[in-house]
Amino acid sequence: MPRGIGHEEVQRLAREGAQVVEVLPPAEYAEEHLPGAINIPLKELNRETARVLKLDQPVVVYCHDYQ
Amino acid sequence: MGFEQVFDYEDGKRDWGSFGLPREGTMAEKPSAGDVARRDVPTCELDGDLGEVRKRVRDAGWDTCFVVTYHGVVLGRIGRRALAGEDASTIEEAMSEGPSTVRPSIGINALLKRMDDRKLNTFPVTTPDGKLVGLVLREDAERTLSG
Repeated sequence: MPRGIGHEEVQRLAREGAQVVEVLPPAEYAEEHLPGAINIPLKELNRETARVLKLDQPVVVYCHDYQ
Repeated sequence: MGFEQVFDYEDGKRDWGSFGLPREGTMAEKPSAGDVARRDVPTCELDGDLGEVRKRVRDAGWDTCFVVTYHGVVLGRIGRRALAGEDASTIEEAMSEGPSTVRPSIGINALLKRMDDRKLNTFPVTTPDGKLVGLVLREDAERTLSG
């Protein structure tokens, strides 16, 4: 189960090399995303698409807001 | 999927933008309130000396000052009239409490409309937890749009 975190912890984890993933559709990602974030839309998230991520490094996922 | 550590940034990019944190993407290049807010707007604390604050603000060329907590959370604003006059003797008496604020992520067009609606020429920018980011002056916002 992912642990909920706030923006300060996101910044810290990103500095330490965490992989930041936006799960919104590509158009929304193209408009605006966190620095260095990659896009894996939630509907396409599976073992295959997640292969771009390293298993041994923290992963931070986010969408638009708490919904 | 076998990941050792997975975190959920629950508040997402709306929260990120509202703190004025850096963004990437086509929309991120459009200026927002956080980009044009003047960060050097004077501040003071509630238990400060009003006479000293008046002098410091005038000397810095400003006509307003934000009253903030030790952590930078906005409590109120001392406006031009209160700074110029001698009616109040304490910062608490001189300040207007709880000024309207906007988040750093609001676009310049939306901010100017809000200024027009409220007949204001300045608007303070704060983070969602109330910390002062700066003050947007109408002239700065209009110059940014025209430039």
